[in-house]
Amino acid sequence: MSSRYFGARIRRNEDEALLTGRASFVDDVQLPGTLHAAFVRSDLAHGLVRAVDPAPALERPGVVGVFTAADLGEYWQPGPLLVPPAPIEGLTFEARTQVPLARDKVRHVGEPIAVVVAESRYVAEDAAEDVIVDLEPLDAVVDVRAALADGAPLIHEDLGSNLAAHAVQTKGDYDAARAAADVLLARDFSYDRGVSGAMENRGVLAHWDERSSQLTIWDTTQAPIPIRNGLAAMLGLSESQVRVVAPFIGGGFGPKIMMFYPDEVLLPWISMRLGRPVKWIEDRFENFFSTTQERGQVHEAEIALRGDGRILGVKDVFVHDTGAYNPYGLTLPINTQCTLLGPYDLPNYYSEFRVAFTNRPIVTPIRGAGRQQGVFVMERLLDLAARELGLDRAEIRRRNFLSPDAFPHDHEILFQDFAPLVYDSGDYEPALDKAIELIGYEPAGTTPSDPAGGRPAEEGADRDGASRRTRLRGTGIVSYIEGTGIGPYEGARVRVEASGKVCLVTGVGTQGQGHFTSFAQIVADQLGVDVTDVRVVTGDTREFHWGTGTFASRGAVVAGNACHAAAVAVREKILRKASEILEVAEEDLELAEGVVTVQGAPDLSIGLGELALRSNPLRGAVQPGTEPGLEATAYFGPQRGATASGVHAMIVSVDPLTAMVEIERYVVVHDCGTVINPLIVEGQIHGGVAHGIGNAFYEELDCDSEGQLHNASLMDYLLPTATDVPPIQTAHIETPSPLNPLGIKGVGEAGAIPVAALFVQAVEDALKEWAPGLEIRDIPLSPNRLFALIEKARAGGGEEGP
Amino acid sequence: MKPATFEYHAPDSVEEALALLREHGWDAKALAGGQSLIPAMNFRIARPTVLVDLNRIDELAFIRRNEDEEGDGGPGPGGVRIGAMTRQRAVERSGLVAECEPLLTEMMPHVAHLQIRNRGTFGGSAVHADPASEIPAALLALNASCRVRGPEGERWVRAEEFFLGLFGTSLEPDELLMEIAFPGPRQRMGIAFREIARRHGDYALAGLATRLALDVDGRIQEVRLAYLGVGGAPALATSAAAALVGEKPTATVVEEAARTAAEELEPMEDMHASAAYRSRLVEVLTREALGVAAERASNSV
Amino acid sequence: MNATGTVPIRVTVNGEPYERSVEARLLLSDFLRHELGLSGTHVGCEHGVCGACTVLLDGEPVRACLVFAVQADGASIGTVEGLASKDGLHPLQAAFKEAHGLQCGFCTPGILMTMVAFLDEVPEPTEFQIREALSGNLCRCTGYQKIVEAVEAAAADLRGIS
Repeated sequence: MSSRYFGARIRRNEDEALLTGRASFVDDVQLPGTLHAAFVRSDLAHGLVRAVDPAPALERPGVVGVFTAADLGEYWQPGPLLVPPAPIEGLTFEARTQVPLARDKVRHVGEPIAVVVAESRYVAEDAAEDVIVDLEPLDAVVDVRAALADGAPLIHEDLGSNLAAHAVQTKGDYDAARAAADVLLARDFSYDRGVSGAMENRGVLAHWDERSSQLTIWDTTQAPIPIRNGLAAMLGLSESQVRVVAPFIGGGFGPKIMMFYPDEVLLPWISMRLGRPVKWIEDRFENFFSTTQERGQVHEAEIALRGDGRILGVKDVFVHDTGAYNPYGLTLPINTQCTLLGPYDLPNYYSEFRVAFTNRPIVTPIRGAGRQQGVFVMERLLDLAARELGLDRAEIRRRNFLSPDAFPHDHEILFQDFAPLVYDSGDYEPALDKAIELIGYEPAGTTPSDPAGGRPAEEGADRDGASRRTRLRGTGIVSYIEGTGIGPYEGARVRVEASGKVCLVTGVGTQGQGHFTSFAQIVADQLGVDVTDVRVVTGDTREFHWGTGTFASRGAVVAGNACHAAAVAVREKILRKASEILEVAEEDLELAEGVVTVQGAPDLSIGLGELALRSNPLRGAVQPGTEPGLEATAYFGPQRGATASGVHAMIVSVDPLTAMVEIERYVVVHDCGTVINPLIVEGQIHGGVAHGIGNAFYEELDCDSEGQLHNASLMDYLLPTATDVPPIQTAHIETPSPLNPLGIKGVGEAGAIPVAALFVQAVEDALKEWAPGLEIRDIPLSPNRLFALIEKARAGGGEEGP
Repeated sequence: MKPATFEYHAPDSVEEALALLREHGWDAKALAGGQSLIPAMNFRIARPTVLVDLNRIDELAFIRRNEDEEGDGGPGPGGVRIGAMTRQRAVERSGLVAECEPLLTEMMPHVAHLQIRNRGTFGGSAVHADPASEIPAALLALNASCRVRGPEGERWVRAEEFFLGLFGTSLEPDELLMEIAFPGPRQRMGIAFREIARRHGDYALAGLATRLALDVDGRIQEVRLAYLGVGGAPALATSAAAALVGEKPTATVVEEAARTAAEELEPMEDMHASAAYRSRLVEVLTREALGVAAERASNSV
Repeated sequence: MNATGTVPIRVTVNGEPYERSVEARLLLSDFLRHELGLSGTHVGCEHGVCGACTVLLDGEPVRACLVFAVQADGASIGTVEGLASKDGLHPLQAAFKEAHGLQCGFCTPGILMTMVAFLDEVPEPTEFQIREALSGNLCRCTGYQKIVEAVEAAAADLRGIS
């Protein structure tokens, strides 16, 4: 493979459209005659639907229709189970998926009850207030442990309990490890929910064109092809009659996957009934209820160690909150279960989880997808162990790393893709060493806390008077792995056009990860064209029929390799055709700068455009079996996921009196196999870290015991801003994955995964003398919570384990 | 998140605006910068049926020196007057404000973000009287006076009488805030503004504006401690201030005042901060602000 | 002006005059996007926090979701569509591309409009000043670092030009 673009810092092809405001997002698509939808949503977390009266809304001028569950007839069906459970032995699993409109019951605040369609969104919102809804309140259950207690209000009565799943996965014999241990440490941990916080809310525009019998849907989805397939089946249409377009998407982070949200299911149906385009653009308030959330788990964990810090085993029992419905199966708790193992040689493992229904919005993956929680538990256990054993925090990790010759390493449990959890490759110590070097960590015991005085005022030290306060500095360092790039498959079609330019089509959606560039780089290298001459088409089901979508850090791995395979096939066609025309053996041909030339005879050449034209004769006979054009389609499906890994380190300074924390420096050493475009990889890591910082210290859903959310705005749900995210220094370790020809591992989620574990370690380090015994076991932390923990520790109540 | 319908008026003069407010009574709402009102309307938490937009009333947008206006019942010469519809950014950038009321200059960058301050007005924020916002606290700290006009004519209201509890002011529905007058600097006077917010530009968890004056012996002659974010209204710590008068601002004295302030304010609790945490913030911030203000006062001679 | 129906307004957007009749409650953000078809101004929260809808109103960056279109009557508005010229991208836009200062690009127009005015006022900003000026614009993709780098580069470029 020539390597002109692969690995280079190529500027993005898509940027010009985005920078000039030309790029079209879903809400930018304007069709004449479009109607606008607004939903009537439940204001109760749990209740019986007694009556819904749309009549007053229908009287309002500009209202075209109001639809309730009763109007849907046979179309009213619970949504699909998107991911069936992995075949874990002894598994209990009950699927209860979301419905298009609540019929008998509402199960979370914001669940849609009716949809109003009007000439403008303004009028639709007016009319949504006119609809009379009579709900009978039921007791709500919000706490995930309470949901599983005897006598808890039942969310799905037919189940007899709120238990959605129960699974145990084991490796080795934890009880034996426990019996042999020198040290046992047990703690409870919790990780709370947040929203994905994409800057663009969700949206759908559906247009049924009666004359052509074609349904076109613009949808903020990460997975247009599964949406097309599902909607065609539900609406009784051929897949060829349904086109789903995911144009530019303003960030996805998980919840924009193929959810079959009520709006996604209803708008096409309404457009077919009314014969007009119908648009719904989620507003930010709705987003806090109508888009899925993640991360609520409570853990009871125990670690068994030898006196030298070697891990003998871990036991972890946790409850996972799936919200009111569970369309995403077990992906999240299995990710937690698998990712907890980390980069460590962990011989004995007992992991048990229960999944509980609660009266809260639905839970599906958000950037990291259950991995954060597992990493948090494991890294916290190691921090406690290091403290208990008087070991350095980096050293205890180093002693337990899998060695570079341990791969492939079988962990003897099942991963979310139903395949055994086998790490394909990795080399963890160099990453740790690099991170230690970059952050300036001193591995002798722990670093001394020193006041961070004397920082220049322009750095903002005096912004809130902070320079007058004592600040304590602390360092953190953690490691983690991430299963990325899972199957089943993606496809790509590469075509050289008569202009000599290349069209690359793939089925995955894209939400800003730079696919227009990284995929173009892969193809440009094979075909010897300029990267800007590869036009990437993605997210339009009319262009490509097969595929799944962008999730699980799989775009570059799976679709990237499909692009590569298709480009290799086209390259072969090019050389074969050129060889025929130039009457020269293929081995003597060179392909570069859009031209095939004969080695040593530069005058003998033919351009790609000319070759493309001659590959598509419009008159005369061709050889039987001839395929027209310089085009090929290829698919790639990995045997299993590729294991990325990394070490993150940070320095914080903490004001011990006000519990305000500032992150001074952040270092990421990351292994995502071979890197297509370092610029894009850095961007992915930076964004992930910022997301992780939000989860660790800023973002929190303030939900009361009645299931009412009190901070459904960006005013009170705190997404990190430019002054909250520090500069992030990155370095790469490269262990190519043997599971795909390009050696790629995914990177989209990596940055976010270990941040909470790292943040609390660094804060504890900073406060180790000020507040001895301080232990942080719950995420999110906040200044308010940290203040309470500090005061408790200083009062001598440094928390002990249960 | 689209606002409900309303009847819209954009008068050019105060008289016209007052007539509209009188005509529509409680149904009407004056629209100043709109940076708090319009979000509330977009959430449909606020739904006035009549909006009287003050943005076309040029006579309400000004910053000028208090000179020959003793006759109008306002504070005497030396200070600065800020028209109610003056954009917050104009106050932030004003050289005159920096000269006469440096506390405002120090404080303004903490008010939300620059896009909000470009549109938000100084008087609008005062009238909105959000207990967590900065401008009301500054009015209290600086002993400002508000000129209010209504159907019966004009009156001056001192800041302490202007703010009444949560989002409440002594402004009647048919009255308009015309301007805010600040008494201006004196010798041996020092100011400080301090707040702690979760993110830059957020409403503060707690904060204060303070102004103190020293006598020739370096004893505190006068001091005001005005807080934001701690309770249902912008609040003065009067006991702490009273105890400071006549004392030299030593570390011990300042420490004691900070503790007193934290006790007397009885801060509220919400999702972002417990009452105990807010008390701590009040204590820390008071200590710092008093230290800074005293230092500035003794250097100002 | 007294209307419960629609109100006629005249605005100049990116130098082009427009006349429309609008409902008083129509937000400036919706007016630009849906009435004028200038959909480069994005809407992310409609309560003045995310900054995606930032436009220049008589030269100053404001939240278009916190201004009614009627209030802009007679005003001059600048949106992202007006930044580039026939000769190519504005130096700030070019710097964003060069530094990878955008990913999904949804927040980008609001950031560009904020930063254009900021660099006008503070031609030689420190990193901290840039971050503070950026803090009224949320971005979930980039972690802000490459945005800061882009603004630093653009500032240098603009100083070189003027």
